[in-house]
Amino acid sequence: CFYFRLTLSNNTSLFLQQAKYISTCIDEIKQELKQDNIAVKANAVCKLTYLQMLGYDVSWAAFNIVEVMSSSKFTYKRIGYLAASQCFHEGTDVIMLTTNQIRKDLSSPNQYDTGVALTGLSCFVTPDLARDLANDIMTLMSHTKPYIRKKAVLIMYKVFLKYPESLRPAFPRLKEKLEDPDPGVQSAAVNVICELARRNPKNYLSLAPLFFKLMTSSTNNWVLIKIIKLFGALTPLEPRLGKKLIEPLTNLIHSTSAMSLLYECVNTVIAVLISLSSGMPNHSASIQLCVQKLRILIEDSDQNLKYLGLLAMSKILKTHPKSVQSHKDLILQCLDDKDESIRLRALDLLYGMVSKKNLMEIVKKLMLHVDKAEGTTYRDELLTKIIDICSQSNYQYITNFEWYISILVELTRLEGTRHGHLIASQMLDVAIRVKAIRGFAVAQMATLLDNAHLLTGNTQRNGICEVLYAAAWICGEFSEHLEDPMQTLEAMLRPKVATLPGHIQAVYVQNAAKLFATVLQKHEGETDSQVAQETSQLLIERLPLFVQSANLEVQERASCIIQLVKYIQKLQQKNVEVADEVTALFAGELNPVAPKAQKKVPIPEGLDLDAWINEPPSESESEDEKPKSKAVFAKEEPKHSRRHTEVDEKELARRREVRKQEQANNPFYIKASPSSQKVFDAPGVEHIPVVQIDLSVPLKVPGMPMSDQYVKLEEERRQKDKADKKKKDKKKKREKRGKGRKADSGPESEEDITPAQQVDIVTEEMPENALPSDDDDKDPNDPHKALDIDLDKPLADSEKLPVRTHRPEVLKSPAEDRENESIPQESKKKSSKEKKEKKKDKEKDRKRSKEEKKKKKKHKEVEEELMESQPEEAVQSEDTKEMAVPPTSAEASDLDFWLSSAPVPPAAQVRSLTLSPPPLLIPLSVCRVVNERLFCISPSGLSRFLTSLCLFSLLFTGLAHFCLFAYACFS
Amino acid sequence: MIKFLLMVNKQGQTRLSKYYEQVELGKRAALEADMVRGCLARRKEECSFVEYKDYKLVYRQYAALFIVVGITENENELSIYELVHNFVEVLDKYFSRVMENQIMFNLDKVHIILDEMILNGHIVETNKNRILAPLLALDKMAES
Repeated sequence: CFYFRLTLSNNTSLFLQQAKYISTCIDEIKQELKQDNIAVKANAVCKLTYLQMLGYDVSWAAFNIVEVMSSSKFTYKRIGYLAASQCFHEGTDVIMLTTNQIRKDLSSPNQYDTGVALTGLSCFVTPDLARDLANDIMTLMSHTKPYIRKKAVLIMYKVFLKYPESLRPAFPRLKEKLEDPDPGVQSAAVNVICELARRNPKNYLSLAPLFFKLMTSSTNNWVLIKIIKLFGALTPLEPRLGKKLIEPLTNLIHSTSAMSLLYECVNTVIAVLISLSSGMPNHSASIQLCVQKLRILIEDSDQNLKYLGLLAMSKILKTHPKSVQSHKDLILQCLDDKDESIRLRALDLLYGMVSKKNLMEIVKKLMLHVDKAEGTTYRDELLTKIIDICSQSNYQYITNFEWYISILVELTRLEGTRHGHLIASQMLDVAIRVKAIRGFAVAQMATLLDNAHLLTGNTQRNGICEVLYAAAWICGEFSEHLEDPMQTLEAMLRPKVATLPGHIQAVYVQNAAKLFATVLQKHEGETDSQVAQETSQLLIERLPLFVQSANLEVQERASCIIQLVKYIQKLQQKNVEVADEVTALFAGELNPVAPKAQKKVPIPEGLDLDAWINEPPSESESEDEKPKSKAVFAKEEPKHSRRHTEVDEKELARRREVRKQEQANNPFYIKASPSSQKVFDAPGVEHIPVVQIDLSVPLKVPGMPMSDQYVKLEEERRQKDKADKKKKDKKKKREKRGKGRKADSGPESEEDITPAQQVDIVTEEMPENALPSDDDDKDPNDPHKALDIDLDKPLADSEKLPVRTHRPEVLKSPAEDRENESIPQESKKKSSKEKKEKKKDKEKDRKRSKEEKKKKKKHKEVEEELMESQPEEAVQSEDTKEMAVPPTSAEASDLDFWLSSAPVPPAAQVRSLTLSPPPLLIPLSVCRVVNERLFCISPSGLSRFLTSLCLFSLLFTGLAHFCLFAYACFS
Repeated sequence: MIKFLLMVNKQGQTRLSKYYEQVELGKRAALEADMVRGCLARRKEECSFVEYKDYKLVYRQYAALFIVVGITENENELSIYELVHNFVEVLDKYFSRVMENQIMFNLDKVHIILDEMILNGHIVETNKNRILAPLLALDKMAES
């Protein structure tokens, strides 16, 4: 009934009623929690869980939740754990109280008790809990019930994250679980290792053979997907692995019917091919297969498959653009799709598909889409994509920058776009870097400035006015290219400019000064100085408007410049030549600066920014000042009015408190936080509704060229270029017949298209001795960083997991553990139990490992027996001694061997090395036979192989003896 | 990895939420509302994957109920899409034709089912019988 009433009142119109109802509910729950009856309590906690889901804060009931958790009855315990898993987080302080309860539940004979504790633990494990319970969970990993095992394995991942020291001790067991008889446990272990390996793949390379075996044997698609994903993470580190994978993966691609698996395989094949991209003979067959399959996905009517197909396609694009480019038609089709996310994916693909040849055509299509697009978000996305496509790798594909400038100018006609600054920065960049285009760019920008009123129809809320920033700067900086600087100057000083945002006005004012300098320069020397004087007059008339600006930057610049102009005017009246000096103010080139340049400027020696420049003000002084200033104002205050309000204030404070409480409890109330305040202050335009005006005719600014005409012009230019080239080629051919081949190869290959303008400034300015690349972008807070541990190194004693004892000191950080070791008594107690476990493990390992060690081991076992009577610490040192024999080299060579063409399972290889040598040398031919047998052997067939080998050796010993005997007889 | 799973009805009311990575309580309501709006706005013919902030949403609609799963970049979208269906099938099997208010009234049971299937943000079990085993055992215990 409780839940039902809640939903009924969950209606917004009944909002107040709901708030009231909930507060009564919470009161009721509080009452219920006070009762002793556990059933009532559990019910109350259950309700709290529901309230928490709706967004109400229930952290005040944390202790009651712990109470319910510790109930002996499973039905209630379960409710407690559920509530805990939903409400507890790292900051909840009562978690500390739960450690022993959870430990008890973990070791409960009832598997569901353990299960529910594990599930809960996964949600609220803290570093403390992880440290204290790591050993218990590790023990559960070898529980008899697979239900517990799989859960324990998965929880371990969370434990690793919270307590990285546990990874190394637990890893051997985790590895064992990969071969667990239960598929659920197996898949859990695969999951955990995948997740670990994704972040630090190099530590898990040695597991590759094991995973390979799993991949070829498993039929569970969920597991297969994970394993294949893991391989995707490993291959970049070990290209040989990639070679090995291609075949089984392509087989899977051919055979599987599950789309998700197919998609994963294709993805991994792509990743493999990327890592192999160099230094491998062509894998065009597998690439073709992938592209083919993806095409099927994209053509499918299911939108999900289409989306994923495009997503995967974009990955291929990075390394094999050629094979994707042939599907351009398909991708252009997707641009018309009803689904926005599919259209966006298709746009991503277009980015990589452009070439010098088709750039204009593709951008033209995109411009059409821009006109058609409905939502502003999609249109903005199109805009950014157009700019991205054109500007990629230093305008590599742009052959005609006049065309690009006119595209940018056309884009400024978009109403209500947010990306004005993007267009502006492109305009600036192109104008600065491509010197040849400056004349054209300046002309275009001058028209833009002239028609600024069209762009700023509804000023403040229009992001596009940013473009004027670029326009003004370009006109000012490259004013020598202006045809009529006077007119532009006039346009820049119109009173309407004062409605633009401050930073744009500032640029206007500054560049007006530059234009002024140009005008002076132009007209100096002429006998009639009328024009120059008129210009000064214009500035003096118009600038005061900017001096009044509320924006400090504008104000400052304007008043500086107005003083300058006034001074110049005086000089002009005396007929002094000033033009050279004024232009000298703006001399020198401004080149683009690399984004990281500022960071790279070394701090000058002896510079201490924290040091006081002047003597620090003494404490007492400031204290003296405060009361003074207070006294000045406080005295004036009439005292009686204060007393009058005091009564009300108390009441007010009380009311405020109540209101705050209500608001805090109400998740739907938007709380006032300093950060959100800022967002509203910012000149963002997102939250202001923009009325879309549907104009059938696109706005045309008079006097502006259309980009379309360039497409034709460019075509003609290319034709001409080609013709020219052919002529040259023919000449060359006549001279050197042999070398003409290359030019003939394609009708219009990439190299044939020469750009009309070149990018002159490619590199950006950097301080001396600084490299743009040396900067690490890694996040220092990434929890996975701590898990970057070499897992093949033998385990040192200090790294063993703390085991619970009655003594509290044991539950200390590992650093302290190490200290404890120096005291033999402590360390003995600490890990005696675990050591036995470890020993067992080691014994197993030993039996399995090389027989070469056998002698050594016997030796040691004797030693061990001798030592048994001695204190345990001696054994401990013995343990470490033994562990010091590293298994790493063997494993590493295993991997190498496994990767080096022959598909021998590592186990077989180890054994083959350790076979006791036969009494007689085996002839070479037999060796080869043995070798061939080795190649096709599987671990199950190992025993059979061993027996056959023994037979062989026996046979040969017999034969040899027979020969000897015969020889003896004969002689 | 799975970051969270939500069940939301068409009115935007949360029916079940499970986070596998801690999200501040205050942010949850806003986050949920935002995501649900994003999913509700999509038409039937649009695909079920939405890029939202730094993760992906996979959603499926069953009558008036939406199930939205947030996953990281490295998770296979299609497998999660299938998992959602699997989850609904399990619910169907247990409740025999599951309805929205059944989920609401048996929230704890739905949580048990979910915990059996997804643990720690990873898929643990997809076999229907095995998923339901602990719940059936529990029901038996309650009866007796």
